[in-house]
Formats: sequence, structure tokens, C-alpha cells
Amino acid sequence: MNCQPEGECMVTRNVSAEVESDSQPQLSQQKKKLWTVPFVLAILAVAILGVISLFTGVYDIWGQEDGRDMFFITRVPRTIALMLTGAAMAMTGLIMHLVTQNKMVEPTTIGTTEWAGLGLLAVYLLIPNPTLVTRMTGAIVFSFVGTMIFFLFLRRVRLRSSLIVPIIGLMLGAVISAFSTFMALFFRMSQVVENWFIGSFAPVQSGRYEFLWVIVIVTLIVFLYSNRLMLAGLGEDVATTLGVNYNRIILLANALIAVTVGIVAAVIGNIPFLGLIVPNIISMTRGDDLKSNLPWVCLLGMGTITLCDIIARVVNMPFEVPVSTILGTLGAVVFILILLRQRKSRRLR
Amino acid sequence: MSTTDSPTIPTNAADPGLRTRSTSAFRSRKDQVRYWILLTTLLGLGLAAALGLLLYNNPVPVDSPSFIPVVQRRMVAIIAMFIAALCHSVATVAFQSVTGNRIITPSLLGYEALYSFIQTGIMFFLGATALVSFSGSSAFFLQVALMIVLSLILFGWLLSGKYGNLHLMLLVGIIIGTGLNSLSGFMRRMLAPSEFDLLQSRLIGSVTNADAEYFPLVIPIVIVTTLGMYLLSRRLNILSLGKDVATTFGVHYQRNLILILVMIAVLMAVTTSLIGPLTFFGFLVAMLSYQAAPTFDHKYLFSMAFAIGFAILTTAYFVLYHILNSQTVVSVVIELFGGLIFLIVILRKRSL
Repeated sequence: MNCQPEGECMVTRNVSAEVESDSQPQLSQQKKKLWTVPFVLAILAVAILGVISLFTGVYDIWGQEDGRDMFFITRVPRTIALMLTGAAMAMTGLIMHLVTQNKMVEPTTIGTTEWAGLGLLAVYLLIPNPTLVTRMTGAIVFSFVGTMIFFLFLRRVRLRSSLIVPIIGLMLGAVISAFSTFMALFFRMSQVVENWFIGSFAPVQSGRYEFLWVIVIVTLIVFLYSNRLMLAGLGEDVATTLGVNYNRIILLANALIAVTVGIVAAVIGNIPFLGLIVPNIISMTRGDDLKSNLPWVCLLGMGTITLCDIIARVVNMPFEVPVSTILGTLGAVVFILILLRQRKSRRLR
Repeated sequence: MSTTDSPTIPTNAADPGLRTRSTSAFRSRKDQVRYWILLTTLLGLGLAAALGLLLYNNPVPVDSPSFIPVVQRRMVAIIAMFIAALCHSVATVAFQSVTGNRIITPSLLGYEALYSFIQTGIMFFLGATALVSFSGSSAFFLQVALMIVLSLILFGWLLSGKYGNLHLMLLVGIIIGTGLNSLSGFMRRMLAPSEFDLLQSRLIGSVTNADAEYFPLVIPIVIVTTLGMYLLSRRLNILSLGKDVATTFGVHYQRNLILILVMIAVLMAVTTSLIGPLTFFGFLVAMLSYQAAPTFDHKYLFSMAFAIGFAILTTAYFVLYHILNSQTVVSVVIELFGGLIFLIVILRKRSL
């Protein structure tokens, strides 16, 4: 595994700030420091957001007698679910960016989410009263197939512009959701479908969210394989030369993505754009080193979604706004800003 | 591929594959004959199905005095189909030519999203009665004007200037659409199921949504725009060769691009407000017309695309309404079929 640090350096060459000491010609073996002051501050900020999330809500947990129970039945699970989902979706986006070498690719922009929704619908149609596990399995299997189809398509096709990838992906997603609409109309389940596509943390309570803990395992696997994933991000030829089984890594990445998206789709719903904006912001400020970016991406993902959920709960106080609405609107704005920023730098080069 | 683009290109017959030099839009006489045969067959099919829709299963006999009103009612649907076919086919073919990409459609640009956003917003903020009464011509034109203004802003902002980039404009359009969609999705979630059903019937494209009240205003707009597009087809032929070639031929690329896109925006806005969203219909029509018309001359492509679009719509309605007696919304079936074709085309593509 001598090759790994070398591959890492190839990628980190354009990393800014603290990495400067690192990019000396010595092909350094030294680890980049993770526990820097900004990182600790970021952790602190996310922790504060978590605490705010714990104490935001209509139910008076101090005054009422069963306030303590309420706290542990809904507030704590909700905050944990937020953290796990945020980290998961942001990480999925990061893996996708790496594997496809395209910064615009994300579960929302290539139709993985729509596939997961179709999987949920299929389970509902085939099995009466499905359990959460069956639903999840359906979503995972369908998102795996969908992502695989898109990846195969990307590998076959020669692209003239990297911007065409999300355009095709979004169209593909539209096809899948047209199909879901058709099925739903046919079987009279439209409003049910509509409700899945809106992700909300409102129904989260103890007993309903525990599957999200699987995401921790996924995160660990990503950490373990981060070097190899990054090599895969250099393209098939380079990765193979450096001794990585490219196809196997792609399959693994795909499986990780499908598991994450499937679980989140079944438990929470659609969480748009998180996987796109978070890794892009991190990559703008820190560069493209997967291993050292991963904690940052998870952290920013957690922070963003928790903040959005707090806004969702506060903005219309006795009622709640689905978090995906806020993320969708906010994400669209940030996405456009990223695109515009890119177009300037692309021209100047 | 390099040959036979348009009569305006002076020396276009240097292809060794051609037996004779020609400025014809078709490669060979056989192609031309095939084109005309197909075109007449399709037009005939469309007309026959339209007649069938008018007359078949008519509850009253022809000599009855109430025959005319029934036919008139059905005529409205036929005219709506005509407008939908014309708008979607011309807009999609022109759009695919100027973008140099045969798998994207103008319906991606967020017209649908804006349409459903407006509809949902009215239902959400003003209630069901307001939605039902939001159907005068002023409301209609407000909607169309909003859509056109949005696309003008988008084009003016992202296509002009140094950084003008077509793909970027497309992507931004799509993302704006997604943002609007998530907003209206949120509002729809707050609705009662009965309101939701009412809204849903508005949001799914259907010619029965069309209101004959708008026809006197809509038909001239559509006719003038399509006619303009038809007259511009020589310029479109050149634009479809790409920016560099077009500039070499003395065509002001950016100005013409924006002109064509504005016309596309008008067509799309009109049809979306009149009939409702149809995402993959245009794609389906354009795809089929490239197969049916082996030419790059838009004059012929437009006619063929329109014939195909009209034939598809009328036959689909005729078959589903009168023969299969199916209550399933026709547009959903067309969308599904278009979507499937899209998937197949995507998976067979080698380069984009």
C-alpha cells in the first residue's frame, strides 16, 4: 500500500491554507492535523445547535409533568436523527463527487432519491402494511439499481461539458418520478407519495428512527476506505495502475450510497441538495482531500440540517414546516451561487 | 452529416458519398419521397383521429339539433390538442437545435414549476374558490407574462456577456424549478385532501383543462410565433451548427440565440398555462421526427414534428377514451411513454 499516500498527495496539491506546509516536495507521510482551532469551534457550534434543537418545540417540557418523558421520546431522538441524517447525506454527496469526478452530482441531481421513492411505492403496492424494514429494503434496492444505471451511463458516455451530467440526471429523476406519479394515480395513492417526497423530522420518535444508526457503520466504512475511494476518484486508469480494483470500489461506493439514501428515504423522506452544497463549500475552503475533509463534511452537514430544522420548527410556531422545503429552497440558492462562482473562475483560467 | 444543411450554405456538396451535387434538404430522392409519404400519412392519421374524436360515440344523431353543440364542445379539445402539438413540437425541435443537444427539452426550464407554483400558491393563500375563479383571460395572461419575464431574465442574465454559457443557463433554470417545486410541495402538504384533489386535477396536463375563452387570444400568438420560427428556419439551420460556424457564416449568434429562446419561451408559457405541464411529450415528438425526417432543414423538421405530435395526441385520446374506455389520464400515459423512450435513448448514447 505504498501508493496510497502518493495518490493522496496528487489530490491535495491544490489544497489551501494549513496544508501549505504539507505540500513540500517530500511527499509527506505526516498526517494533517484534524483537531485545529476552527474544527473545535465548529464542533462547539454544532453542539450548541443540537442543544437548541433539544429545547425547541411546542410542548412545554419544563412545566408539564411528563415533560421529562416527552424529552426522551421525541426531542432526543429527533436531534440524533438530525445529526445522523445530516452527516449521512453530506457524506453521500462527497462520495458521489469523488467517484464521478463531478461536483454537481448528488442523490437529488441524479435521481437516486426518486428511485428510492419508487422503491417505497413498489413495496407498498406489493405488500400490504409493510414494516419499516421491508420499506427500507425496497428503497435501498431501488436506489442501488438507479445509481448503478446512472454510473454505467456516465462511464459509457463521452461528455462535452460537466454541466450536462446534472441536467441528464435531473431529467432521469423526472422520468422516475413521472413513473411513480403514474403508479400512484393508478392505485390512488397520490397524496401518500407526495408526503414521502417531502422529508420531515416531525414523526421521528423513539422506536422509529433507530435504523439511522446504520449510518454510523457506513461512515466508519467510508473512513476505512477513504484512500481507495480517493484513488477511484482519479479515474479508472490511474486507480488501476495504483493497484485498486476500480470496479469493486465503485460497487462499494454505490452500495454505501444506496444504503444511506434508502434508509434516509424510508425513515425521513427526501432531503434535497444537502449532499451538493456541503461538500462543495468544504471543497472551496479546504480543497479535495477526502480523509481530512470527511469530518468537516459530516460536521457541516449536521449543522446545516439542524439549523434548517430549527427554522422549520420556529417559523410557523404552533405548526411545523417540512425541513426539505427549507433545504430545497436554500439549497437551490446556494447551488446557483456555486454555479455562478464557478463560471467566473472557469473563464479566468 | 456535414452536407445538405440549407440552401443558404453555398458550398455544401463536397461529400464524396453523394452522387450528384445538390442543395436539396434530403440526401436522396428516396428520402424525400419517404418524408412526404410519412408526413401525409401522419397528418391523415391525426385528422382521422380528430374526426373520430368529434363524431364517434356521439350520443345524438347527425340530424338532431343538439348535434352541433356536442361537436363544438369536442372541438375545443381538438383545438387544444392542435395548440399543444404545435407548441411542444416546434419549441422542442428549435430548442434542441440551438442547444446542440438532442435529449434536453425546454420544459426543463422551470415553466412547469412556475405554473404549479402559481396554482398551488393561489390554492394555498386564497383557497379553493379563488383557484376555481382564477381563470379569466387576465389571469391567464398574467401567468403567461410571468413565465416569459422569468425566462427573459434568465436568458438575459446568463446568456449575454462574457460568461454566457448555455449549459449553465439550463442548469440554473432547472435548479430554480426545483426550488419552486419544493416550495409548492410544502404548500400542497398543508392542504386538505379534497383541496389537494382539486389542485391535482389542475396540475396534471389535460386538454379538458383548456378553456375556449382564451382561444381568440392564444391562437394568434401561437400561429404568429410558429410562423416566425418557420421563417427563421434557415437561420436555425445555421445556429444548429454551433457558435463558431454560425459566426463564420455571418450570423450574430448570441442575438439570434436569445431571439429563438424567447420564442420558445412564449410557446412553452402559452401551452403550459393552457393545457398544463407535459414534460416528455416534446421530447418524444422531437425524437420520433428526427427518425421520420432524415434532414437537418428545420422547415421539414417542424412540419414533421407537428404532424407526429398531433397524430400522437389525437390517437392517444381516441384510443384511450373511445376504444379502451379508460379513465386514466391520457397525458400521464404519454409522459410515461416519452420517459421510457428517454431512458432508452440515454442508455444508448455514446457521447453528449
